[in-house]
Amino acid sequence: MATNSNFEKYKSNGTLLGNLLEWVDARFPATSMWKAHLSEYYAPKNFNFWYYFGSLALLVLVIQIVTGIFLAMNYKPDATLNAAGLPVAFASVSYIMNDVDWGWLIRYMHSTGASAFFIVVYLHMFRGLLYGSYRKPRELIWVFGILIFLCLMAEAFMGYLLPWGQMSYWGAQVIVNLFSAIPLVGEPLSLWIRGDFVIGDATLNRFFAFHIVAVPLALIGLVVAHLLALHEVGSNNPDGIEIKKITNEKGIPLDGIPFHPYYTVKDIAGVAVFLALFSIVVFFLPEGGGYFLEYNNFFPADPMKTPEHIAPVWYFTPFYSMLRAMVWNFFGLDAKFWGVVAMGGGVVILAFLPWIDRSPAKSIRYRGPIYKTLLTIFVFGFLILGFLGMQAPGYYFFGYKTAMAADGKTILFDLRNYLFSGGLIAQVFTVYYFLFFLTMPWWSKIDKCKPVPERVTWK
Amino acid sequence: MQTCTGKGDLEMKTMHTLKILFSAILFAVPVFVVGSTAALASEKLHLDLAPDVSGDKAALQNGARLFVNYCLSCHGASALRYNRLQELGLTEAQILENLMFTTDKIGDPMTVAMTPADAKKWFGVAPPDLSLAARARASADGSGSDWLYTYLRSFYRDETRPTGWNNVVFANVGMPHILFDLQGEQTLGADGKLQPAASGTLSAADYDKQVADLVGFLTWMSEPQAKFRERLGAGVLIFLVLLFGFAYALKKEYWKDVH
Amino acid sequence: MSDQGKMDCGRRRLIVATAAVGGVGVAATAAPFVASMLPSERAKAAGAPVEADISKLEPGQMMVVEWRGKPVWILRRTPEMLATLPQLDGEVADPESKEEQQPKYCTNAARAIKPELFVAIGICTHLGCSPSSKFKPGASEGMTADWKGGFLCPCHGSTFDFAGRVFKGQPAPTNLEIPPHRYLSDDTRILIGEDTQGA
Repeated sequence: MATNSNFEKYKSNGTLLGNLLEWVDARFPATSMWKAHLSEYYAPKNFNFWYYFGSLALLVLVIQIVTGIFLAMNYKPDATLNAAGLPVAFASVSYIMNDVDWGWLIRYMHSTGASAFFIVVYLHMFRGLLYGSYRKPRELIWVFGILIFLCLMAEAFMGYLLPWGQMSYWGAQVIVNLFSAIPLVGEPLSLWIRGDFVIGDATLNRFFAFHIVAVPLALIGLVVAHLLALHEVGSNNPDGIEIKKITNEKGIPLDGIPFHPYYTVKDIAGVAVFLALFSIVVFFLPEGGGYFLEYNNFFPADPMKTPEHIAPVWYFTPFYSMLRAMVWNFFGLDAKFWGVVAMGGGVVILAFLPWIDRSPAKSIRYRGPIYKTLLTIFVFGFLILGFLGMQAPGYYFFGYKTAMAADGKTILFDLRNYLFSGGLIAQVFTVYYFLFFLTMPWWSKIDKCKPVPERVTWK
Repeated sequence: MQTCTGKGDLEMKTMHTLKILFSAILFAVPVFVVGSTAALASEKLHLDLAPDVSGDKAALQNGARLFVNYCLSCHGASALRYNRLQELGLTEAQILENLMFTTDKIGDPMTVAMTPADAKKWFGVAPPDLSLAARARASADGSGSDWLYTYLRSFYRDETRPTGWNNVVFANVGMPHILFDLQGEQTLGADGKLQPAASGTLSAADYDKQVADLVGFLTWMSEPQAKFRERLGAGVLIFLVLLFGFAYALKKEYWKDVH
Repeated sequence: MSDQGKMDCGRRRLIVATAAVGGVGVAATAAPFVASMLPSERAKAAGAPVEADISKLEPGQMMVVEWRGKPVWILRRTPEMLATLPQLDGEVADPESKEEQQPKYCTNAARAIKPELFVAIGICTHLGCSPSSKFKPGASEGMTADWKGGFLCPCHGSTFDFAGRVFKGQPAPTNLEIPPHRYLSDDTRILIGEDTQGA
């Protein structure tokens, strides 16, 4: 089967357009690329709902790049105060909202796009977990994917500083200070990242440069690598079986259909649904209930005053919870350091999935009860970690307050002090998160899988 | 594929149970979260609901007048240009004559005459720009409009403060009660409730109406295109439904081939 | 799987319909992005009409006001200056101001509402430099001996008369542009950038 290039060159049918195409195709792999990646890229025919999120992620990337270009035309990365006493960067966002024709729409598309990107990418990653899409021979696709996720986090974090509101400022302050937890080099490192003793004009300018040039370049490169690797080995499917194993006499998989037109038309319908949901947020709930645009960020950055409650934007909160869950000093290093390790490790550990999962079946459809149970708890725990990351420290579920003795100091031994404690629950799920991966080589092997079919199950 | 044996049945049952468990847990998360948030509601700051005057041009014009007369001497609204007030149904001549005291150019933003540095010197802290106040003051306790509406009606006499005023919603606020000639004075009772102490030029109901208009204007100002945005959004959604209709029919048509 | 050749009618119709609706969507989405590059409210406010007080402008004197970031000249021409204009009709490129470089009410011999008051944008129509004043006739200001007074662009040597008309054979293609303007009171204030037609 033709996998990548060397398709037959285009032959003109004698028309002017045909001649032009032939001329181009003789000098550029147009036909070859079209066929290899679209019209003769054979994708399994049994893709389900979860398979929309890859192309949707690409769509959101395009939305972010286009809206970002137009925002950059009017945004000013400048922390000095203007005549009205507002930081220039903050005022330039107001300028985009009020003075630039349609600026509000472009800005809301970009701010909604940021959250949409993470929603789509989280669902895309979960799809990988469901159907074992990271398993051999797709390890590199997965690793590129994790790198994309890391770039996306960097992109989101640096982009969030740009409006120069209170949450921008203090969020960046806290995250940059995380680096100071690294032994020996930490303090100089965070100073170097900021380029100042506090988050300041220098930080804003360099974050702007990274946000609009450096990270997007890396992101686009990684997306290309992710897709090339995918098209080299072919897509996985909800049954987790290799469709390339059974082919017809031409080498075309019996369970494969050309991506174009079948999945292009299917994805267009999916795009329409996605855009409708996206538009509901952009046009009716641009603040996303305070989750997409945090209310405190409508206050300009004030280095003298921290808002009472600061939390990262929702898409960082599961990992932020892991950071806060670390309250123990190990090996002579303080908890702050281990918090950073937990936060970073939470993302990095995902990259090892292809090698720690040793189950005979890839897809959850044929995996045993152990995986199903553990994955369910994993998802539940991840959502709870996300929720707790948005709450102030000392949160108790159900509005419970710590049971105290009459003196108001001694904490009573009350089961509810443990059961409802957000801090304790976050610790439990953080430990679970890591144990899920660390013990996977063992339990994934002993899990009782069902026999995997030869051909994909379909309709 | 494996045929259904008794053992297969058992596995099917396990899988089914697990599916139910999975759905139940995923369903439980929001319930858990909403439930626990609702339980917190009792501890929240109590805010009165601001009347919605967003569709009432006369009220918004009155709000603009109050804003210019009472607020604009200290607080700017630098994101808004005077000519934008035409969207509230005012003419250029009306704006020039009745609302513009700090500049003579109708395209200028609504800024204050004093510099932020002077303001800081005189008041200790520069009065914040109010362009986005109605959005910034939103929180889990209520909308920004509710906060402002409650705040402007919650000043009380407190001789321990340098200004002689304090506020239930914004403790130890730096601003004195600017609208006190309209509202009169309140004191804070031992029960934490506000008591009227001296009446102003307006009755309580009339004062509330004036504050509602002012808050309506502040809310409009924080996003002047909000109404247009929603109208446009309705059109966009109708269009997307149409697009989905065609795209779905096209998908159906093509997928007839796939067996 | 269908062959490329025999695509049926219904399918073709659906492709066209979906592509048309999608195309409309893309165009409608592109429009706001294109529009966002037009002058913003701030630029429009900065480009708002400018008032100039001409009550103290003596005959033969010129003042410059800024409008939309460009210099606008207001020259109170003396009778001698005005007298040079008909003499130069044969030497200037567009003596009757046929090119639309001025509002309708300035398409006259003096290129002005009131003959003595000349209002023009002081930007050379060649490549955008601002010409300098060479009001004295003759060679005293470095001009030729038959110079009757006017303006000289320092960049590429285009010359203009007292009505901003460009002389023949110069790099500048057209006469100097005259902005829309009107008199607010009879002799003391001019509003530049707006005329009675409401432009």
